Amino acid sequence: MAVDTSAHGTPPTETPAAAIAGLDNLDLVQVTPRRRLPEKIWVAAWPKLLALAIVLGLWELVYLSGWKSPAVFPGPATVLPDLWGQAHHTLLWSAIGTTMKRAVIGFGLALIIGSCIGALVSRIAPLRAAVGSLITGLQTMPSIAWFPFAIIFFGLNTSAILFVIVLGAAPSIANGLIAGVDYTPPLLLRAGKTMGLRRIALYRHLILPASLPTYVAGLKQGWAFAWRSLMAGELLVIIANTSSIGVLLSNDQDQTDMPGAISIMIVILLLGIMVDGLFNIADGRIRRRWGLADPASAR
Amino acid sequence: MSVIPDRAAPLDTPPGASARPDSRRIRLGARAAQEAGQNSAGPNSAGQNSAGPDSARPDSARPDEAIRISEVSKTFGRGPAAVVALDRVSLSAAPGEFVCLIGASGCGKSTLLSLVAGLDRPTSGGIATNGNRVALMFQEPALFPWLTATRNIELALRATGVSRAERRERAAELLELVHLGGFGGKRPHELSGGMRQRVALARALGQEADVLLMDEPFGALDAMTRDLLHEVLEGLWRRRGLTVLFVTHEVREAVRLGDRVVLLSSRPGRVIGDFKVDLDRPRGMDSANTVDLAIKIKAQLREEVIRHGS
Repeated sequence: MAVDTSAHGTPPTETPAAAIAGLDNLDLVQVTPRRRLPEKIWVAAWPKLLALAIVLGLWELVYLSGWKSPAVFPGPATVLPDLWGQAHHTLLWSAIGTTMKRAVIGFGLALIIGSCIGALVSRIAPLRAAVGSLITGLQTMPSIAWFPFAIIFFGLNTSAILFVIVLGAAPSIANGLIAGVDYTPPLLLRAGKTMGLRRIALYRHLILPASLPTYVAGLKQGWAFAWRSLMAGELLVIIANTSSIGVLLSNDQDQTDMPGAISIMIVILLLGIMVDGLFNIADGRIRRRWGLADPASAR
Repeated sequence: MSVIPDRAAPLDTPPGASARPDSRRIRLGARAAQEAGQNSAGPNSAGQNSAGPDSARPDSARPDEAIRISEVSKTFGRGPAAVVALDRVSLSAAPGEFVCLIGASGCGKSTLLSLVAGLDRPTSGGIATNGNRVALMFQEPALFPWLTATRNIELALRATGVSRAERRERAAELLELVHLGGFGGKRPHELSGGMRQRVALARALGQEADVLLMDEPFGALDAMTRDLLHEVLEGLWRRRGLTVLFVTHEVREAVRLGDRVVLLSSRPGRVIGDFKVDLDRPRGMDSANTVDLAIKIKAQLREEVIRHGS
């Protein structure tokens, strides 16, 4: 290992390298080996499948009990084939396309706006005093309350929907970033400053990465708000000649088509779960990187 | 600083094996000068306080001093609730000297290091670093958890102004120096406490520091790891001609490592003893000479603590 080349000419008395290597090997505990992919999928899937089976079973039981007429409360045996049928029509897929496009655009706008606001508010003390609590207030305000305003302001069109999505999601995203910046460990800040990180470099290399886990939690919450706002918006703001998830649901309501309505609701639920899953993957990655997740309990 | 060998040569390479570009040395010089300006912050440069005009110009360190702390006081808070953490502390360290600071709780050891590192400003008095770059190490490794060991060191190199091309190689050399050659790809949470502290040491060395400030760096480690790290630190200190200010509450550790052991009183912190350690290196923590001197220092430390009991 390191050989003394000093001009002092004093040779190292005894190199500690061997002892250190020994200690290091003793210290490093082998983390449980990774599971293979099929096994991973099975471990993740079976509890969900079981839960699904229980839900379907309960649903079927309520249906069989004859509590409501089959037209008002159809059983899974009616709804699932209906969903299967809709899945073979382009109408459902184009509706999903329209809705997801709005979701992506709306959430994207909220991401940009929320992040900018969060960055500014976390940095500028008077601004925080001025709008900090307003942001939290907006976050708790039900987004549906914004629709009358949005419809009068924008008219019955996509802009009204996007507006409400942004209002629903941006405060959570901004708050996530602000909280992340606030909770940057002071010790790391000291370390960064002694290293000579200042201003923008300090932000880029320390504060932003340090706030990432909280920021992602904010994004996830923001997504939940955006998705709710979008569904409310599509039910309220019906735009002629476009099919969206909301329009399909609204049509089913008009035609008292309960199997159709439940099918669409299942689609909404599945889409929400899928996007949430994406956030969870990002969240899990970050936690593992940061060492926040216990490797022994991470399956 | 010319008396110190090996300063300009790359880490752990024989002098002349791979010369560092001259432009960098010049740039470092400029940077160091800047740094000195920053660190020698008197109260007036902070734009506050009402200290006399003569304290605006903190006395500069003599060439045979790597660090000069002159009459530094630090008060936290105002009015009757104010706490005097440091009271007219004067202390200097020669280039290449290993100075251990020791004292009971509340002696302002950590405050003093923060002041020298430029993280905080003294209420009065001046600190001159004579153009030396200063790096600070804490009891916790304070590594960035999202970066691998290599990346942590590279970030320090980057902040120091090392070019991208050079960083990787230098980081690998630094890791070798602290005996972590194969562990560059690990993140902090995958390493043991002692290994993390060694990465932190490598990171501090990566800051091109001439002066290493260490705030109880081995306080959280088990005895065996600490003993080994003493050897690593001692080797690096000697080879690279570092000036070290080492804060500890463990008297034997101070005697084991220091050329001098400076004793601080508590509340307010004041220098009340300065022991020269004339023992041959390497010293053992448990060798008779070390223990003898430690007992002497401990006795005075105890007196100081008793003074606060009455």
